[in-house]
Amino acid sequence: MNSKSSFDQSAINAQIHINVNGSVQTVPRMTLAQWVDRTGVLPSALATAVNGQFVPRTARDGYLLKEGDVLTTFQPIAGG
Amino acid sequence: MSWDIAGRTLTSRFFLGTANYPSPEVLQQAIVASGAQVVTMGLKRQLAHGSQASDFFSLIKATGAQLLPNTAGCRTAREAVTLAAMARELFDTHWIKLEVVGDEHTLQPDPFELLSATEQLVKDGFEVFPYCTDDLVTCRRLLDAGCNILMPWGAPIGSGQGLINPFALRTLRSRLPEVPLIVDAGIGSPADAVQAMELGMDAVLLNSAVAHAVDPVMMARAFRLGIESGRLAYEAGVMARQDMAVASTPVTGQPFLL
Repeated sequence: MNSKSSFDQSAINAQIHINVNGSVQTVPRMTLAQWVDRTGVLPSALATAVNGQFVPRTARDGYLLKEGDVLTTFQPIAGG
Repeated sequence: MSWDIAGRTLTSRFFLGTANYPSPEVLQQAIVASGAQVVTMGLKRQLAHGSQASDFFSLIKATGAQLLPNTAGCRTAREAVTLAAMARELFDTHWIKLEVVGDEHTLQPDPFELLSATEQLVKDGFEVFPYCTDDLVTCRRLLDAGCNILMPWGAPIGSGQGLINPFALRTLRSRLPEVPLIVDAGIGSPADAVQAMELGMDAVLLNSAVAHAVDPVMMARAFRLGIESGRLAYEAGVMARQDMAVASTPVTGQPFLL
């Protein structure tokens, strides 16, 4: 995990490519929490993993997305 | 009559799945008709922007039922552990129906990955409801790993074949008398549920048999009655089978009429 204190402005201005549920997105560098906010989905209505590792809701603010990250989001559905 | 499982006291022994109903309204009515106090849900890799996903979740929560999220679709312990962590966050419960499938055709649980996932999830504080085969030794290993509950299959998921190996279930009941056993998967008709309960299973979990019925709400009630009936029969004690006829009307002492 990246800590907030390690963020610098040049890193935040950079564009990166991330894979979201199988599709490539080009986005500014941002935290996972910021990315979730941009989706318009309630933060509590989805779960997130980066590169196969679960990232709890409380840790999203401390994770700075980086080039090549594979982001997976899950939502509740009906199930047996 | 109430019973306890994983720290909860329930009056129903019917666990109901929430998938494949004709509409959310029918599902809601079926849950009510079933009397189920535990319902299963799943997670999907998606990013739905509309309110459909949250509306559905709200509808289920409004029933007041205990949620039992599953790890359907997982093929490895690592996937299942990750998905379980997500489920705990989304559904706010440490109950997890652990599914780790080892064969695409039969959807048979993979006992090795199941065991590996169980060991980790128990360490992580989950109450693991493992969807497993009816193999006694596998079940023992799951208990050794920290499971307090077992969910042996009746038949492959969604097949509606009923109990394909009653002997194995009877053996589990006999060898593991103190362990809550929930038959999960393969139930086709209420008669199958009655049979499972008469064998001494503690509960039945099913989905397709209700969701795919012509009238799911009526079928939910039929299963409710069947499960209650089977449990009563188990507690009452089913008579032993006889090879030969045994007259039920007493004839001793009656005169020979012809």
